[in-house]
This record gives sequence, structure tokens and C-alpha cells, in this order.
Amino acid sequence: MKHLLSVDDLGGRPGIETILERSRYFLDVTRRDLPKVPALRAKTVVSLFYEDSTRTRLSFETAAKRLSADTMNFSVSTSSVKKGESLLDTVQTIEAMGVDAIVVRHAAAGAPYRIAQWTSASVINAGDGRHEHPTQALLDAFTLQRHRGPSLDGAHIVIVGDIAHSRVARSNVKLLAALGCRLTLVAPPTLMPESLVGWPVEARYDLDDVLREADVVYLLRIQRERIDAGLFPSLREYTARWGLTNERFARLKPDTLVMHPGPMNRGIEIADDVADAPQSLVTEQVANGVAVRMAVLFELLGAGGSVV
Amino acid sequence: MTTPNHAPQGDHHDSTASAVGPSGGVVVLRTEVFDAATLRRSLTRVAHEIVERNRGAEAVVLVGLYTRGVALAHRIADAVELFEGVRPPVGALDVVFHRDDIGLRPVAPSGPTEVPDVTGRVVVLVDDVLFTGRTVRAALDALADLGRPRAVQLAVLVDRGHRELPVRADYVGKNLPTSLAEDVRVRLHEVDGGDDGVELWGPEGGRDA
Repeated sequence: MKHLLSVDDLGGRPGIETILERSRYFLDVTRRDLPKVPALRAKTVVSLFYEDSTRTRLSFETAAKRLSADTMNFSVSTSSVKKGESLLDTVQTIEAMGVDAIVVRHAAAGAPYRIAQWTSASVINAGDGRHEHPTQALLDAFTLQRHRGPSLDGAHIVIVGDIAHSRVARSNVKLLAALGCRLTLVAPPTLMPESLVGWPVEARYDLDDVLREADVVYLLRIQRERIDAGLFPSLREYTARWGLTNERFARLKPDTLVMHPGPMNRGIEIADDVADAPQSLVTEQVANGVAVRMAVLFELLGAGGSVV
Repeated sequence: MTTPNHAPQGDHHDSTASAVGPSGGVVVLRTEVFDAATLRRSLTRVAHEIVERNRGAEAVVLVGLYTRGVALAHRIADAVELFEGVRPPVGALDVVFHRDDIGLRPVAPSGPTEVPDVTGRVVVLVDDVLFTGRTVRAALDALADLGRPRAVQLAVLVDRGHRELPVRADYVGKNLPTSLAEDVRVRLHEVDGGDDGVELWGPEGGRDA
């Protein structure tokens, strides 16, 4: 694997399982008194973020540092992109400094693919438009494995929220389906993709119908700008019909797990108490994100290519 | 132990009389170095030497290097328990992240590193074959990240020579002079199945081939 642009690059179920299994070793490393190994010494990882992000950027940076790689940060707000530099020029500039991996987030779907054609470095997609966010899907699956055991076969995952605009949902559907999960998408009709042809999912519009059958409720962030676009009338309305309120939470099976990719809108898609309940894996997802990204960086830069 | 120049020994433990060797040519079985009984006696002797040199087993922690070193460390601990009545703690160390050939060849983590507290103890690193010494160097670095042992010693089943670093074993099951074209194959039933044994394989024809 040279680049990680999409869940498709992972090589199907065996490749996904290999990365997840190795993430366990990296999680062990992050828990030591000295949580650092020299595996990627002298490699340089640059984050190229054209969209705001705190957790993903910090997570990749932490992962790279725990592997002893050097990290560079390119955030658009403080760079020459403000002065009108093109994506190609920016990438060529970074390339000229000699980097081994570029972690990209961009509002345009496909931007990481384009960059991969321009550079000899490995490119990791950290979110491109509505398209994909493969490391998020990996860390979600890894977090589920830590709670349910290595096999996720048959686990019923209910993903709730703005499916249409969500790269997290897309990557998770691909990856969790590859691992044998049963997937149900729940959203207001206006926030459901226009076509679900080829998606291995069932679509529902009423969250209450599926609460009892869910092994995992995965909530997506609701963005306020969708109200301006007229896709749903108000946040209150959204919460009343699709939010995981205390009342709905009480109707879940006792062992149903709750996940959210962050950042959470407490009180909108997830109630305050639910976010902090023991069944909520939100902070664990963040901790596991570092280990999974270490596994990905090591796979791309350290493993020598032909292992997976 | 795996070496930079060769495929891991564990990749081939078939019992056919010839196979494809590390450099691509046909290799044949040269010598059976150990059978199950001689391997067991040799490990028992190493266990005695460890206890003798450290005046007992109280301070000793055995740390095996993946994959076969871990199995050997457990066997040495069993042997020590038999004659000393105490079983030294056993750990498992994956040195892959500390190797100096990352990126030069395919590498993959071998297993979870699980090492008991080593600070102030005598750590005996255990591996199957001592060759270039690079795995041991990586193990010393990996160990230093986990604590500060009072001393570190090295026990190996076979020392085949050809060191590339100033590394020496404290306990050796067998010194086995080899050529670089030859391949030492270790079989342990808990890892590889079948009977225990160590074999020397080499190219058809003379030993200098």
C-alpha cells in the first residue's frame, strides 16, 4: 500500500483486519511510560489541512511523533494559500522540502487523489469533501473490536444523521460492511443520499423503529448550515426526531454502544448525559485514533511495502 | 531470529530433502544439529548456567524475542523451576520498531510486547539463532525503553557466527560454524508443530558454494 486514499486501498477484509490487529501493538506502545518507538526515525510527515480540524490533525501528529517521525504542519489560514497559491504549487513546494507522507484534508472530494499523482510521497486522506475519511472508519472498527471482540460479524450498526454530506458515514459503511456488520442508515429524507444503489445498507427514516435492534448507535454531527439550506426546519425539530435523547437512550438494549466521530453538538444529536454515559465510546475513539494512525503510518512508511 | 539477508527461518520448515534457499538456488539438508532430545538437554544446560552465574534465579527475568525466542524463554523457565523450585518471570519482546532495517525490507510486528518490571533485575534475552547481532541490538534498545535492568545477558540456542556488531552471547546451546550461503532452521513444536529440531541447510555441492 503506497497511499491510503479510500477504504478500498486497504485490500478488503484481510487487509483491514491486518491493520486492526497491528493497531493493538501500537496501542500497547501508547500506554507505556515511554510511549515512543524509533520506527520512523528520519521520516517526515506533513499535515496539509485545507479545512479546520483539531482532533484529526493532532491525532496524526501525535501518531507520527510516537513513531519518532518529524512532523510539519501546513494550515491554510497561515500560509501562502491565502495569497492565492494553487494546490499544485503548494504540493510541489512541500515535495521539494523532502517529505515521506502527506496527510491531506480538503473540502473537495478527490483532492488527495490529485495530490497522490503529483508527489512521490505517500498520501493519506484525512477527509475529502463528502467522499471518504478512511482512518476514522479504521479507528471506529478498532474501538468496536475492543468492546465486542475481534469479530464484528453480524453486529448491527445504526448510523444516524446527515448521511448525505458525511464522509465518515461513507467510509464506515464500506469498512464495517467488509467486516460483516449489518448496517442501517437513519436520517431525515433530505439528509439521505439521493441514491443508495450499491450500498450494503438498509435505509430508515424513523430512529424509534430501530432503537431496540441496535448493537451500536453511531451519531453524526449535525451542521448548522444545513438549516440555512432548508434541509430541516430547526435544531429542536432534529433533536426531537433524530437526536439520541435521554428518553431514547433509556430504550436501547443495555449493552448498546454509542459512538460519535466528534466534535459533538451536545443537546442536539446527542444528549449531554448520553455523551458521558459508560456506553459512550467517544473519548475512547479519540485515544484509539492515535494507535490506528500509527499502524497506518507504519504500514505506508515502515513496513517495506509488500506485507499486506 | 530473522536476519537482514535471509527470509525468516520460520518460513520454511518442510521436511523435503531439497528446497529453494535464501539466495534462490537449490538447498539441501546438511546436518541435523539438534534432535528433540539433544535440544532439550542443551536448554537444560543453559538453564543451569543461568542459575549458576546469577547465584540463583531470584533476580532473573527471561525475555524472549519473537517468535521462537519467546517459546524458548518459557522452556528455560520451566527447566529452572524443575531444579530451583521457583519459576523466573517470562516476558515477550517485539523488536520490530527498533530494527535498523525498517523500510529496507518488509517488516511486520510479530506480537504484543509483554515484559514484567525489569528495573533492578537481571534480564536474560532469549533467541533461537544469533547471527549478525542486529536483532539483539534492537532488543537492547527496546528493553531500555521499558526500564533499567541491573544487567542484561543473552542466551541463544545456536550461534552461527557472522556478527556485524559487537554482540556476544553469554549462554550458547551450540556454536555452529556456518557459511553465509547456509541457513539454520529451528523447529519448535509450540511454534511450528511437529518434532523439535535444528537443521543446517546449504547449497548443493561443497560448503564453500
